[in-house]
Amino acid sequence: MSSVDAPTIRKTALNAVHRQMGAKMVEFNGWDMPVEYPASLGGGIIAEHMAVRTAVGIFDVSHMGDIRLAGPQALAAVQHISMNDASRLAMGQAQYSALLYPQGTFVDDVIVHRLADDEYLLVINAGTREKDFDWVRDNTRKFDCAVENLSDDFTQIAIQGPKGVNLLQKLTDADLSAVKFYWITRGKLCGLSNILMGRTGYTAEDGFEIYIPADEDTSARVWNEVLAAGKEFGVVPCGLGARNTLRLEGKLPLYGHEISDTINVWEAGLDRFCKMEKPEFIGKESLEKAKAAGVKRTLVGVEMTERGIARDGYKVLDSSGREIGYVTSGSPAPFLKKNIALAYVPLEFAVVGTPVKVEIRGQGVGAVIVPTPFYKRPKKTS
Amino acid sequence: MAYPTDRKYTREHEWIQVNGNSGTVGITHYAQESLGDIVFVETPKVGAELTAGKTFGTVESVKAVSDLFAPVSGTVTEVNADLATSPEKVNKDAHGSWMVKMTLKNPKELDALLSAADYEKFVAEEAGH
Repeated sequence: MSSVDAPTIRKTALNAVHRQMGAKMVEFNGWDMPVEYPASLGGGIIAEHMAVRTAVGIFDVSHMGDIRLAGPQALAAVQHISMNDASRLAMGQAQYSALLYPQGTFVDDVIVHRLADDEYLLVINAGTREKDFDWVRDNTRKFDCAVENLSDDFTQIAIQGPKGVNLLQKLTDADLSAVKFYWITRGKLCGLSNILMGRTGYTAEDGFEIYIPADEDTSARVWNEVLAAGKEFGVVPCGLGARNTLRLEGKLPLYGHEISDTINVWEAGLDRFCKMEKPEFIGKESLEKAKAAGVKRTLVGVEMTERGIARDGYKVLDSSGREIGYVTSGSPAPFLKKNIALAYVPLEFAVVGTPVKVEIRGQGVGAVIVPTPFYKRPKKTS
Repeated sequence: MAYPTDRKYTREHEWIQVNGNSGTVGITHYAQESLGDIVFVETPKVGAELTAGKTFGTVESVKAVSDLFAPVSGTVTEVNADLATSPEKVNKDAHGSWMVKMTLKNPKELDALLSAADYEKFVAEEAGH
C-alpha cells in the first residue's frame, strides 16, 4: 500500500473572502484562485471584463511573487539578470522586463521597480516563483547585494480600470494624480502606513497594484474597504478569467503561452524591452546570434472571420490547410466582441491581412492576421 | 435549484423532455453555471443520427469548451437556430433553452437516465468535491 502526497494547493490570504463571496474557484499554477464572481455581485467573466474597461474592477493577485534586491551592487545585479535597462529607472519608476536563460529564452517576464537608490523589487509570476527566486539568487552571487524572497509577505490587490485612480484616492493620502503610468509611490492606505502603490497592471487599462501586509485580517479589511469605496464607481470583484481576457485584448504575454523557455525575445516581439546596447546581460550573446541568423517565427494577432473560437494550442493552417503554427492564447474578446487569438507563425504569414485558418475540432475555420494589440486604451482626456 | 420533474437527466448534465416518440434536449442549470458566460453553441444538422452517450455538439463559454452528449439514440428533427446568435439565453434559462429535438430510436434507453431528484443528488455530490 502506498500513499501519494496530494500536492498542496496554495491559498492567498483572501481565500476565505473569495469563498464567502461565492466566487468560482479554480486551481491555477498550484494556487486556489477565483476565476469569476457570481452575477449577484456584478460578476461573470464578461461583466467583470467590461467593468475594468469602463469603470473599475479589483483582483486578488497575491499569487504573484516578489523578489527584493538591495545593496551597493543591486543595480549591477539587476542589469546582469534582466534584459531591459534598469539604469534608466529614476527612484520610484518601474519597467517591464524579463529574466532570460543564456540561450535568450524566457525564465519569466517581470516588472522591475526601483524603490530606493540601491533597492529594486521584481514582481514575478505565480507559476514561476520558486524557479525565479532560485535563478535570481544563483545568478547574483558575485554581486554585493542581498536577494530576498518577499512573495509571502504581501497581499497584492490590483485596482484596474479608468476609475481605479478615483477609487484608490479615496483611501490614501498619497497624491495619485502625480503618479504616472509605471511609477510607484508609498503612502498611508486604509490606516496602514508606508504602503507601496504602483500604477501598473495586467489589463491594458489604467490602474494600480497595492502591496499590503499578507495577514488575513488586514487583507480582508483592505479588500472590503476597497470594494466599499468603489461602490460609487461601480466596482466589480474580478477573477482570473477576466484577467486573462483583458490581458489578451492588450497582447500582454502570459508565461507558458506567449513566452517560455523555448521562445526567444525576438520571436515574442518584445524587442523594445530588450536593450542590446547594455554591455552585458544573461542571454545577450545568444540573442545577437539569433538576430544574425534571422527570426523564423513570430507572434501575431489572429481574428476569426468564420464562426468558431480559437483556443490555446489549436493549430494554425494556411489557406490550403497546411499546418503553419499554433495558437498560444485564444478566447472570445468581451470588449471587442470578436474571437481573437495570439499565435506563432512563420514570418511570411505574419503580414496583416493574410488569410489563415484555425483548426477547430478537425475543421479549418477562417481567420485573418490583424494588427496588435487588439485593444489600446483611449488616451486620457481629463 | 429545483430541477423540473417533467424530464430526465444525464450524468453529463443534459436534460431530455420526452413526448411520445420525440425528445427535446438541452443542458442543465448546473451545466450553465459551471460553464459561465456561454458564447457559442454548435449543434448537428437536421437529419443527423445521434447515439446515446456519444457527443453531438459543443457548448463554449468564455473560458471553457464542453461537449454535448446524446441522452438517447435517434434522429435530429429540429435545431434551435436562435442559440447560434443568442447563446447567452442558455445562461438565462437553461431548462427553457432547448438545443435539438429528436425522434427516439430506442425509448428503453431512457431507463438509464436520472430522475430530477436523482440528478439533484448527483450534482450536489459533484459540487461538494
